[in-house]
Amino acid sequence: MDKMPRWADAILVPLISLILAAIISALVILGIGEDPVAAVKMMVSGALGSTYGWGYTLYYATNFMFTGLAVAVAFHARMFNIGGEGQAMLGGLGVAIACLYVPWPHWSLALIAAMISGMVFGAIWAAIPAYLQARRGSHIVITTIMFNFIASALLNYMLVNVMRPKGSMDPATRRFGDTVHLPTFQEMFSTADNVVFRGAPVNITFFIAVIACILVWLLIWRTRLGYEIRAFGHSETGALYAGISPFKIIMIAMLISGALAGLMAINNVMGEAERLVLNATEGAGFIGISVALMGRSHPVGVFLAAILFGFLYQGGAELALWTKIPRELIVVIQGLVILFTGALDNMVRMPLERIFMSFRKGAS
Amino acid sequence: MDFLTLIQILDSSVRLATPLLLACLAGLYSERAGIFDIGLEGKMLAAAFFCAAVASLTGSVWVGLLAGIAASLALSALHGLASITFRGNQLISGVAIILLAQGMTVLIAQDWFSQGGRTPSLAGSARFNAIDLPFAEALSGVPVLGPIYSELISGHPILVYLAIAAVPFTWWVLYRTRFGLRLRAVGEAPEAVDTAGVSVVGLRFAAVGICGILCGIAGAYLSTALQAGFVKDMTAGRGFIALAALIFAKWRPWHAMWACLLFGFLQAVALRYQNIDLGGFVIPVQVMDALPYILTVVILAGFVGKAIPPRAGGEPYVKER
Repeated sequence: MDKMPRWADAILVPLISLILAAIISALVILGIGEDPVAAVKMMVSGALGSTYGWGYTLYYATNFMFTGLAVAVAFHARMFNIGGEGQAMLGGLGVAIACLYVPWPHWSLALIAAMISGMVFGAIWAAIPAYLQARRGSHIVITTIMFNFIASALLNYMLVNVMRPKGSMDPATRRFGDTVHLPTFQEMFSTADNVVFRGAPVNITFFIAVIACILVWLLIWRTRLGYEIRAFGHSETGALYAGISPFKIIMIAMLISGALAGLMAINNVMGEAERLVLNATEGAGFIGISVALMGRSHPVGVFLAAILFGFLYQGGAELALWTKIPRELIVVIQGLVILFTGALDNMVRMPLERIFMSFRKGAS
Repeated sequence: MDFLTLIQILDSSVRLATPLLLACLAGLYSERAGIFDIGLEGKMLAAAFFCAAVASLTGSVWVGLLAGIAASLALSALHGLASITFRGNQLISGVAIILLAQGMTVLIAQDWFSQGGRTPSLAGSARFNAIDLPFAEALSGVPVLGPIYSELISGHPILVYLAIAAVPFTWWVLYRTRFGLRLRAVGEAPEAVDTAGVSVVGLRFAAVGICGILCGIAGAYLSTALQAGFVKDMTAGRGFIALAALIFAKWRPWHAMWACLLFGFLQAVALRYQNIDLGGFVIPVQVMDALPYILTVVILAGFVGKAIPPRAGGEPYVKER
């Protein structure tokens, strides 16, 4: 018998965790001598008050959807992929190679090639830790952390020593050609007399992120492979009895996870910067952890949590611009969300379960 | 490379290895008791900030050190609350602690000092200054041994000697005391410790507390001895290198020291030489940066002797009824 109804598990627990995180965040803002109500108002108007604000919110949300899905898929196989950051960096390398060295006639062909290349690079970067976990028993968390650092050193090397144009001091590739420019929302939705999303980086990859959410949902809940991944995640021994190969599941789940993280690069590298720079990922891989935890590893939850974090990111940038509150406030909020929805989950869950149990006793 | 250059590189290796060693021993206590701690980085960062901030406000580095340890202990308590009391995921808790430290240090630094997330530069008694061991000056003229004594062994801040002394002390605590035996047992078979009537929760909190103190000293060293003040994200991945060293050392104190010295040496070489030219074959500096992580992956993969973590590591203990 379940201790709680499903709606409580899916909505009530995350909601209470979120409220706790919000209360502490408000206290932090008070603590540095600012007004939390004014701060929230400014964040809302800055991130959601105009199509420009929405353009940034959705741009960030696109990044977080990819990395959130990456962490979520791995979570279903009870793998904690903390290496989304490194996989997204490598994905950026893959996307940059696809965009730089082939003269594409049209952006759509370039996008397909960049997607494949980014996914392959991200998947390869996840494959090594996955193999070591599956075959050698090395803890996936430690190896993926190490691979984040190795990725950053590798990217540094590639940009400084190989891909940097001659005579440039900036560790970055040259700008991609005009033919690989992805349509932005401004170009897609503006009319002659009404320009919307002016100058905002949100682009067509947002829809690819939404499609990725749907595909992940289909994969996890509507296919045999998804069933096997979930079964393995619930009980490794149970899955073993059912004839499911742990090696296969770990490898496949991590390859998909790495590919999704690598796919993020079509948004930030190809869609926004249009060149590969150091630190292109800007911590999006770690935000994926918060997004997956808050979204309970469900694609719908990931979608909503990604939009929330996109809002926080854009709102936080506005705060840093107009008030004395530094951008790092967002990092604190992110930490609090991970703390309450992830690590302190039982602190909310245990009392709730007790309440529901006593209700049930009273009813019967 | 002449003899004096070598001494200088080794000298800077010792300086760079010290924060790694303190953090590595911190992780050793925690993980030996069965609590994974990937939040070492966050605790060091918080301690680095509070130590530098309080030292700059009071002018005394020792008061700063206490503040740093207190900050680190507070985060340890949070980690203990999440992973011991509420049996949450220890890895997720560690990630949360790193993010909290990264954000809060800059937020508070900006609020207190308004210098873009740094503390003012420290000088004089607000820093841990180098101390000269006796006869360092007099013996420096002796060939070979003189420079080794006066340059390499003498002339470090007190925390360096403290870190080195912590290694035999940790060995003694772990392998020669009742507390150490129980600590190791609680990381391998908590149910056995529980059966013997010893508190699993108490032991684990004690281990997490020791971890907090050592991380606090490590952070204090960073901002008041290695450098003169706090800057944003100044730990720069040292918590993770310490974690790597811990695995490299297979959770043993003496090996931890050698691993940290090795990783410190790699950092020192990377700092001094941009690219190393080995007769036509050039090793780029990024390889030196990545080497600790690559070595750790190789060790973890068990190609060079398998690293087996404490058996109950990462598992919350649920008392049987």
